[in-house]
Amino acid sequence: MSGPSERTVQVNGQPCRVWEAGEGEPLGFLAGLGGLPQWPPVLERLAAHRRVIAPSLPGFPGGLGHDALDSHLDWLLATRDLLNEAGLAEGDLVGVSVGGALAADVAAVWPHKVRKLALVGPFGLFDAERPVADVFAQPPRKLGEVVCADPGRFAAFTEPPEGADVTEWEIVQTRAMEAAARILWPLGDTRLARRLGRIRADTLLLWGEDDRVVPPAYAQAFAAGMNASTQMRTLPGAGHLADLDQPDAVAEALLAFLG
Amino acid sequence: MKQMFFHLMPYTELPDDFRARHPSVWVDIDAGLFDPRRGHAMYNEFMDELEFAADCGFDAVCVNEHHSNGYGLMPSPNLIASSLARRTTDAAICVMGNSLALYNPPTRVAEEFAMLDCISGGRLIAGFPVGTPMDTCFAYGQNPSTLRARYYEAHDLVMKAWTTPEPFAFDGRFNQQRYVNVWPRPIQQPHPPIWIPGGGSVETWQWCARMDYVYAYLSYFGYKAGQSTMQGFWDEMARLGKDRNPYRAGFLQFVGVAETRAEAEALYREPAEYFYDRCLNVDPRFAGPPGYTTEATLRAKVQSQVAQAAGVNRSSIKGMARTWEDILERGYVIVGSPDEVAERLREVATDLNVGHLMLLLQFGNMGRDLAMHNTRLFAERVMPQLSGLFDDQWEDRWWPRPMPAADRAAPQPLPQAGGTR
Repeated sequence: MSGPSERTVQVNGQPCRVWEAGEGEPLGFLAGLGGLPQWPPVLERLAAHRRVIAPSLPGFPGGLGHDALDSHLDWLLATRDLLNEAGLAEGDLVGVSVGGALAADVAAVWPHKVRKLALVGPFGLFDAERPVADVFAQPPRKLGEVVCADPGRFAAFTEPPEGADVTEWEIVQTRAMEAAARILWPLGDTRLARRLGRIRADTLLLWGEDDRVVPPAYAQAFAAGMNASTQMRTLPGAGHLADLDQPDAVAEALLAFLG
Repeated sequence: MKQMFFHLMPYTELPDDFRARHPSVWVDIDAGLFDPRRGHAMYNEFMDELEFAADCGFDAVCVNEHHSNGYGLMPSPNLIASSLARRTTDAAICVMGNSLALYNPPTRVAEEFAMLDCISGGRLIAGFPVGTPMDTCFAYGQNPSTLRARYYEAHDLVMKAWTTPEPFAFDGRFNQQRYVNVWPRPIQQPHPPIWIPGGGSVETWQWCARMDYVYAYLSYFGYKAGQSTMQGFWDEMARLGKDRNPYRAGFLQFVGVAETRAEAEALYREPAEYFYDRCLNVDPRFAGPPGYTTEATLRAKVQSQVAQAAGVNRSSIKGMARTWEDILERGYVIVGSPDEVAERLREVATDLNVGHLMLLLQFGNMGRDLAMHNTRLFAERVMPQLSGLFDDQWEDRWWPRPMPAADRAAPQPLPQAGGTR
């Protein structure tokens, strides 16, 4: 595995890591719950075909400054600034889970800046009949069972590497959940429903069949709310963080859609 | 030393198989378990007990705030405090307290506390807890990542509202008000004493020291477990150059008094086991929403857990005791004859250096008769043995300063009503 190049950009005066790998048209990637404590297999697969750029949102591993972002407008502008700084002012955008909620909002608020949009198990809506799970009311070691079909995948992805300061590593993982809570608390509803109709980009709605956090039926609500061409796909053997459970199938579906 | 009577108002009829059949006493507790007609009886018994304690001569009666909680039936402690303000005459009224970030706008707290201070003639102690994660983040939907910043801002707003003599505009990070103008104003000027109930975070200790507030450690796990926390508190006070005035601190302790230790063990076993087995059956998934605990405290906690695992303090990682023998062994509840209890509490107050002892004399499913028996025995035969402690050396600068008794109003006999009876 070749791994990414790394640089740091400033958002609101705070450092945010940008990982980049591959050649070709830029492809932006906003990660899901927990962020990217390490370079994940799905990005390695995508980087074989595209120039993948994965900036870290404030508070997620590699990024700081979540505690200055109070309102959803603050988060949206920070996301916009981060994308611009990372070289993603325009182009294709992929968002997973919490990153999916923000990617959808970017496409809604700046509709001409997103060419194609792919959302993987995105937060952002709430349906009382089929409520989004409370991912923040989980003992830390249980989170994997909720976000992945195979909890071992999440455990391996978030395990401290050899030689890491275990205390600081755990604080980084907790901070990532805090940043997600700051965006999503308490229901995961970012009031995206009011803005979905502004999205113009062709959109792929990709869901893990076993998503126990945002039920796959939410794909219909996303599609119904948009005035854009949408495709829906569900992937077997994948949970909420489908990209961790099934990196090959997710990469394949994304590449097939994005071209 | 101040001896304060604390009531949690637990629901006393949780079923025997509560722990087996219900995941949590808090947040998502089964609403079907609450029988309003039994609730009527319980509230009235508990208020009798608080009024009786004041009548027996306790220095204060204390109430606190919990939400969606089977062991704490006071979502609004101010309602109870308001009644106590009318039904008691001399005891301080300690509201321990109002979770500032939950009130919108937070000036609601400034208003209600000012009302309580007025009604009681200046007997209020104003407690400002952050609030537990169960109460604030889950039951009340507050974002754990912004809770503390909201709490500190709400505190600043309330204090400014009490101490500013004219209307002002408040342009905060979370609160904007064009006209802040608290009416009524508190009797105690510039404001009632401020007490901060807390866990064991260094930041809270430092803040209490800086603001000159009382730090009250409200643990359910007694003086043995409390020792390390209070040691940490006093070490931090020393580091900050503050004196060891025991009235800087408050501490909560369960107590059961009887004629003999054997009798006390027989009387208080059931209510204690009820409390630790049923009332503290809290689903751990609600204990740690991300962001509730600051990163500095997390670091300290991880480090202390490492120290504990290394054998420095093995007793505290064994998990909570639920059997009577363990409850006594670990000091969650102090029981005995009046002399034994007095001797033990003297040690506790001296060792922990705590001038405000908050006593839980009703706990678990203890009924009114036993609660009053415990309260009376304590007041008559324990309290006198402890009341002078610390007072030759230290002044309690954090106690209410009420109006002179002769100037205070009292409920008056009603004139004959004009009805037909």
